[in-house]
Amino acid sequence: MEEPNAETAARKVRMGRLAKAPEGRVAALLDACLDRPGFDWLRAPEIGSVMVRGRAGGTGQPFNLGEVTVTRCALRLASGEVGHAYLKGRRKADAEAAALVDALMQTDAAARLQSGVLEVLEDEARTARASRAARAATTKVDFFTMVRGED
Amino acid sequence: MYVAVKGGERAIDNAHDWLAEERRGDPSVAELSVAQIREQLALAVNRVMAEGSLQDADLAALAIKQARGDLIEAIFLIRAYRTTLPRFGATEAVDTGAMACDRRISATFKDLPGGQVLGPTFDYTHRLIDFALAAEGTPPEQPGPEAPEGAEQPMPRVMEFLNREGLIETPEPGEETPRDVTREPLELPADRALRLQVLSRADEGFLLSLAYSTQRGYARNHPFVGELRIGTVPLEMEVPELGFSVEIGEIALTECETVNQFTGSKSEPPQFTRGYGLVFGQSERKAISMALVDRALRWEELGEDDQGAPAQDTEFVLYHADNIQATGFLEHIKLPHYVDFQSELELVRKLRRESATRPAREAEECA
Repeated sequence: MEEPNAETAARKVRMGRLAKAPEGRVAALLDACLDRPGFDWLRAPEIGSVMVRGRAGGTGQPFNLGEVTVTRCALRLASGEVGHAYLKGRRKADAEAAALVDALMQTDAAARLQSGVLEVLEDEARTARASRAARAATTKVDFFTMVRGED
Repeated sequence: MYVAVKGGERAIDNAHDWLAEERRGDPSVAELSVAQIREQLALAVNRVMAEGSLQDADLAALAIKQARGDLIEAIFLIRAYRTTLPRFGATEAVDTGAMACDRRISATFKDLPGGQVLGPTFDYTHRLIDFALAAEGTPPEQPGPEAPEGAEQPMPRVMEFLNREGLIETPEPGEETPRDVTREPLELPADRALRLQVLSRADEGFLLSLAYSTQRGYARNHPFVGELRIGTVPLEMEVPELGFSVEIGEIALTECETVNQFTGSKSEPPQFTRGYGLVFGQSERKAISMALVDRALRWEELGEDDQGAPAQDTEFVLYHADNIQATGFLEHIKLPHYVDFQSELELVRKLRRESATRPAREAEECA
């Protein structure tokens, strides 16, 4: 039995991964892994906004920057596990898939979903991040000093 | 004052039908999709998100399409939509120091850790119309760039270097819940947090002009771009039903920090001071403008003189920066003011009658 803290930490990581996946990706990976089980909505997917905060000078007092659209939902599997999703954008189908994975990760399907969904998402995110960073790095300036023409 | 007038329904319906046709343009030309606008007019989409104060690229692209490319009209649509959304909460303050940077430059330090990364910039282009784009060809496929060593290295803030010598002011950290102009009326005095919110959603053109005025001498504060960075940061928010915070996605931001000369005041030693700009999306003109105006508005807390410059006048800046407020009030004067005008007309006629009879009367009085 994992400690509650470790469990919370793992859940935090997986909810973040699921939220940051490209549109439709979680659903595609989930459906490739298993047939979706039945569930009841605790909170049907709903769209709202969240205020994004920044800090004055990057590190000072917080200020309100502007809002983002966010979709959230919560569901309970027939076996009792509860799944939550909070993700940026108006993406009800994605929220449903993410909440399902969150709930199923508390069942004995966890190992299959870990390798079939979460690790795949992590790999894809890492690749995307690295290729973007590499692209940016190609635009890094290499300064060189011109030889001054004095004897 | 304007009065309700009835009788225009058919004309209005027909006008809107015509608007829809004009929006579509020549039907023999392919229709724009929302995805095309989102992907290919990304900077227009960025601007609508920044000034609409709502990050949602598909929505902003749709608004641009609906508004026929009139960005203020599109921002209006976004602001109106925004008011229909329930507020789920607020994110933790984003950590722009940990940004995955597409672009990061400094005009004050040449050799800085992480380097000068240009990113996809218009800078150094010749501003010549590229007729090749009219040929509607796709650009040649670029081979995936070789990943240089340490491509993903962190990019420390430029300001930290100056900070080590104590030559630059450090912002006071804090965790106060900031005031929110979307939840309460804008009332003065406005602290810096409130000013930054208003500036971040302000009209880019208005901010640009104000910032330019400070460069030309109206509240001159001699700015350098200490650092400009564009990239993505994760958004994290506390989820009440879970009792911990989760990442809900990533967001693209532009951040500008200016370094400004400061000769000191009664309360502060000579040092560099800072202006700050943070804007949704890739919007560096706006972020730089915001930083300059932010710095100009800080004259009071830094003990500088009030030069009477527009950019120093908090009330003037904050109350005129919002293009939706401005356009609402400006454009309402085209709505029927028949009764108002009728009374003005009566008044002018009366004054005319009086001034026409006055010389005769004055002549009588003199006689």
